[in-house]
Amino acid sequence: MGSRGSHATVIPDGDSIRRETGFSQASLLRLYHRFRALDRNKKGYLSRMDLQQIGALAVNPLGDRIIDSFFPDGNQRVDFSGFVRVLAHFRPIDEEEAGIRDPKQPEPLNSRMNKLRFAFQLYDLDRDGKISRHEMLQVLRLMVGVQVTEEQLESIADRTVQEADEDGDGAVSFLEFTKSLEKMNIEQKMSIRILK
Amino acid sequence: MLRAAVPLLGLPLAGAGIAEEPTQEPGSPGEPPPGLALFRWQWHEVEAPYLVALWILVASLAKIVFHLSRKVTSLVPESCLLILLGLVLGGVVLAVAKKAEYQLEPGTFFLFLLPPIVLDSGYFMPSRLFFDNLGAILTYAVVGTLWNAFTTGAALWGLQQAGLVAPRVQAGLLDFLLFGSLISAVDPVAVLAVFEEVHVNETLFIIVFGESLLNDAVTVVLYKVCNSFVEMGSAKVQATDYLKGVASLFVVSLGGAAVGLVFAFLLALTTRFTKRVRIIEPLLVFLLAYAAYLTAEMASLSAILAVTMCGLGCKKYVEANISHKSRTTVKYTMKTLASCAETVIFMLLGISAVDSSKWAWDSGLVLGTLFFILFFRALGVVLQTWVLNQFRLVPLDKIDQVVMSYGGLRGAVAFALVILLDRNKVPAKDYFVATTIVVVFFTVIVQGLTIKPLVKWLKVKRSEHHKPTLNQELHEHTFDHILAAVEDVVGHHGYHYWRDRWEQFDKKYLSQLLMRRSAYRIRDQIWDVYYRLNIRDAISFVDQGGHVLSSTGLSLPSMPSRNSVAETSVTNLLRESGSGACLDLQVIDTVRSGRDREDAVMHHLLCGGLYKPRRRYKASCSRHFISEDAQERQDKEIFQQNMKRRLESFKSTKHNICFTKNKPRPRKAGRKKKDGVANADATNGKPPRDPGFQDTAAVTLTVESEEEESDSSETEKEDDEGIIFVARATSEVLQEGKVSGSLEVCPSPRIIPPSPTCAEKELPWKSGQGDQAVYVSSETTKIVPVDMQTGWNQSISSLESLASPPCTQAPTLTRLPPRPLGAEEPRAALDLLSDPRPSFAFPPSLAKAGRSRSESSADIPQQQELQPLMGPKDQTHLSPGTANSHWCIQFNRGGRL
Repeated sequence: MGSRGSHATVIPDGDSIRRETGFSQASLLRLYHRFRALDRNKKGYLSRMDLQQIGALAVNPLGDRIIDSFFPDGNQRVDFSGFVRVLAHFRPIDEEEAGIRDPKQPEPLNSRMNKLRFAFQLYDLDRDGKISRHEMLQVLRLMVGVQVTEEQLESIADRTVQEADEDGDGAVSFLEFTKSLEKMNIEQKMSIRILK
Repeated sequence: MLRAAVPLLGLPLAGAGIAEEPTQEPGSPGEPPPGLALFRWQWHEVEAPYLVALWILVASLAKIVFHLSRKVTSLVPESCLLILLGLVLGGVVLAVAKKAEYQLEPGTFFLFLLPPIVLDSGYFMPSRLFFDNLGAILTYAVVGTLWNAFTTGAALWGLQQAGLVAPRVQAGLLDFLLFGSLISAVDPVAVLAVFEEVHVNETLFIIVFGESLLNDAVTVVLYKVCNSFVEMGSAKVQATDYLKGVASLFVVSLGGAAVGLVFAFLLALTTRFTKRVRIIEPLLVFLLAYAAYLTAEMASLSAILAVTMCGLGCKKYVEANISHKSRTTVKYTMKTLASCAETVIFMLLGISAVDSSKWAWDSGLVLGTLFFILFFRALGVVLQTWVLNQFRLVPLDKIDQVVMSYGGLRGAVAFALVILLDRNKVPAKDYFVATTIVVVFFTVIVQGLTIKPLVKWLKVKRSEHHKPTLNQELHEHTFDHILAAVEDVVGHHGYHYWRDRWEQFDKKYLSQLLMRRSAYRIRDQIWDVYYRLNIRDAISFVDQGGHVLSSTGLSLPSMPSRNSVAETSVTNLLRESGSGACLDLQVIDTVRSGRDREDAVMHHLLCGGLYKPRRRYKASCSRHFISEDAQERQDKEIFQQNMKRRLESFKSTKHNICFTKNKPRPRKAGRKKKDGVANADATNGKPPRDPGFQDTAAVTLTVESEEEESDSSETEKEDDEGIIFVARATSEVLQEGKVSGSLEVCPSPRIIPPSPTCAEKELPWKSGQGDQAVYVSSETTKIVPVDMQTGWNQSISSLESLASPPCTQAPTLTRLPPRPLGAEEPRAALDLLSDPRPSFAFPPSLAKAGRSRSESSADIPQQQELQPLMGPKDQTHLSPGTANSHWCIQFNRGGRL
C-alpha cells in the first residue's frame, strides 16, 4: 500500500508527529495514504462521514464510539496528526524503547495506561471519569447479542459494576477500571502488529 | 501390577488348551453324544473381545497403581511408566508364550486407538488460542516437519556414505528419506501425555500441541510419497511424480480438513434436532466424528486433521444444542476413551519393543538418528521462530524455543508407520524398526522425564489460572471490537478484521442455522461468565456461611432442608416458651392440611427452580484430569442462597434497603395466617369456598402471567436450559397495577381451566388437617417477637381501617354468604394491596407487593407444567426489592394456607 507514489508525498509535520507517536516512517507513510484515501473530497481533514463510510465499521458494535474518539471535544473534523495520535494508542510496545525512556518525558501514547484510557473513554460517554451503571448497560447492550433480555442485561451490568467498584459509589472510576484489568496483558491485547 | 498381569496372560494360553478338548469330544465317533453339557468352555468365541477388555483392564489397573504414589507420578510422566510396564509385560509374554504377542498392530492403532485421542484433543482444543496462534502452528507443522524429514533423511544418508552406518543396512537415499519422514513427525499422543503434566504457558502449549496435530497431514503425505517412490524404485520416479507429491500435500491436508468440517456441520445440524431424543446425543458426537475419521482414512486423506477439525468446528454448536447431561457424558466418555487408548498405546509400545525378531540393531544408525532428530529439530525451531518473530506481536523468546525443541517427542505414530513398511521393498526395515523404537523410547522416557525439571530450571512461564471476572470478559470483547475497528480505519485487513468478520458471519448465519433458538440465546460469552460467577459465589457463600444460616435462622424460605431444621427448632421453642407470638392455636388447627399441600407446592417449586445449569466447559487439553467440576456441589440450596444474596446486595446498593426485607414478609405471613384464622373462625360452617377470594385473585393473575410465559417459552424450553434470571412476567404488565387488573378479572374465575394450583389452594380450607401448625407458628414466633410488634400492630390496624375495591366484586362469588364477604373480602384484598407499606420502608410498595404475589402464584402452574425455567426466571429477575419478598411469599403462603 505504501509503495504507490510514496516518494512524492510529504507528510505535513512529519517529524513532529513521528516524535510524538513513535511511528516508524514507513507506517506513518502508510497511514498518511490511508488518511488521504479516506478523505473523499481532498479536504485535508476527515469528517465523521468519511469514517462512517468504512463498511465494516458500520457493523462493529463499537464503531460509532470509536469514530467519536477521533473527534474529541465535539470537533467535526480531524486532521492527520489527530488521526495518527488516536491510532498511536495501538502501536505495540517496544520493549527496548520502554527501557530507555526518559522518565521526565510524558508517557508515550501506546503505554499501558494510555491504551487503557482509550478503552475507558469508550465506556465513559459523559466524560465524568466514571463508568456509571447506565453507561455499563449501554455498552453491554451493544456487546451482548439481542438474545439476552433487558433484565438480564441489567443484572449483568449491576454485577459488572459491583465487581469493579471498590469505593462503593456505584460507578467504575478509571483507577478501578485499571485494577479490574490488572491481570490482563493489555500491552498485547490492545496492540496491532502492523502499526509499528 | 505384575501379580495381576501374570494370571491374565496365563489365561489365554490355558484357555486355548482347554478349548481344544471340548471341540474334539463330540467329534470323536466312538462315544455317544454327551447330551446336554452342564459346563462348556467356549474360549474361542469370546477370545478377541475378552482379550481387548483384559488389556484395557490391565492398563487401567496399572494407572491406578501408578497413582497410588503421588511422588512417583509427580516425577515420572505416566507415559514413561506405561512404556516400562509394557516392557515388563512383553518380557513376561515372551517368556510364557515363547513368542511375542499382543503387539501394537498398525491397523488397530490407526483405526481404534488413535481416533479417540485426536477427537479428544480436537474437541477440547481451546479454539481462540489455537486460531490466535494458527500462523505459528501451521509453520511449525508444515515447514518444520518437511525440514525435519528431509534434513534427517539426508543426514542419515550422508552418514551412510561416510561409512558410519554398517554396510548391512541396505538403504538408499530414498529409503532414508522415507525413514526421515516417519521419524520426523512430532507425535500428538506423546506430546500431550508429557505436556499436560508440565504446565507451560498456554501459548507454548498450543504451539507444540497444535503442531503435533497438524503435522499429521505432512507426515502422511511424505510417508506415502516416499513409500511409493521406494516401491517404484528411484530410477522410475519422474519429475511429474515430485509435482504430484507436492500437490498431494495440499489434497491430503485440505481434503482432510474439509471432510472434518463437513462432518462437523452435519453433527451440529443433527444435534439441533435431538430435543426429544436426548439420550443419543453423546452417541451422535462420537459416531459422526468417527465417521469423519474413517471417511478421511478411506479417501487417504489426513484422518487426524479431519477429526481435529471436526471436533474443533462442531464444539461450539454441539455444546449449545445438547443437554447438559449429554455434555457431561460427552466430556467424560471422550476423556475416558482417550485416556484408555493412550494407556493401551504406551503399554503396547513397550510390549512391542520386546520382540527382538522384528528388529536389527545398528549403533551407527541409532545414534546418528537420535542426534539428528534432536539437532535438526532445534535448528528448525530456531530458524522458523526467527522468521515468525518478525510477524508476531509477542515474539517467542529463547526459553520458549528450547522447550519447543526439546518437546518434540516421537511416539506411536512413527512406530506404527515403520511397522507398516514392506520388508521386500525396504530391505532395511528391521534396522528402521529398531531405530524407531529407540527413538520413541528415548524421547518419551528421557525427554519426558527431564522436561519438567528443565521447564522449572529455565523458569518457563507457567500457565496461570485466574478466575474470570465479568469485567475482564466484557473488556476483552471490547478490545476485540476496538482492534477490529482500528484495523478497519487503518485499512489493514489483518487477523482481527477477519476474526470479526467470521464472528459476524457466525452470528448471522451459522449459529442461526446450527443452534437451537433456545440455545442460541444463552451462548453469549459475557452471559456465560455472569452465570458461572453466580454459581461460584453461591458455592463459596454456602461453603463459608452454612452455619451462619442455621444460627440466625434467617432466609430459610429458600432452603428446603433448612426448613425442617428451623421447623423443629421453632417447634421446640414454641412449646417451651409458650409461644407468645403464636397468635391462635386455632390457626394451627385450621391451617393444618395446607401444610402438606404447600410442602408439595414448595417442593415442586424448588425442584423446578433448581435446574441443572447450563455450563460451558472451558476447553482444556488435559486428558487425564478433568478440571474439578463444581457441578456436584451445586446444590439446590446453594443456588437459591446465591440468588438471595445477590438480590440483597443489589438492594443494598440500589435502594439502600438492608435487611429489612426478610422481616416484613414473615410478618405478612403472620397476617395472612391471621386472615386464615379469621376466616376459619368466622365461617365456621362453610370453610371451603369462602376464603377463596384471595386465591381466585391469585389464580387469575396466574393466567396472565402464564400467557406471558407461553410467549417466552416459544423459544423451545428445555429441561435443562440453564439459568435465566429474567422474569418475563415481571416488568411492564405486572408493574402497571396488576393487582387491580387481577381483581377485575377475579369475578370470573371459571374461565381459568381448573388447575391443580387452584385446587391446592383451596384445599386447605376444605379440610383442616395436618400439622401445618408448627410451620406457621414457626414463622410467627420467629418474626413477631423480635422488635416487630409495633409493625405488626400497625399493619393489622391498617388492614382493618382500609376499605378495599374487591368489596364490590364480592357478590359475584355467589356461593359466599354475606357475612363472610363483608368480613373477609376486604381483608383479603387489603392484604394484597396494603401489606408491605405501613411497617417497612418498601419503596415501590404497592406495585411490587402485587407483583410479587402475582409472580408467586404464577410460579406454581409453571412447575406443574414442567417448565422449571420460568419459575427461577421470575424470581431471580425481579428487581432487587421484590425478588426477595417473592421468595418469602412463597414460603409464607404455606403459613397462610
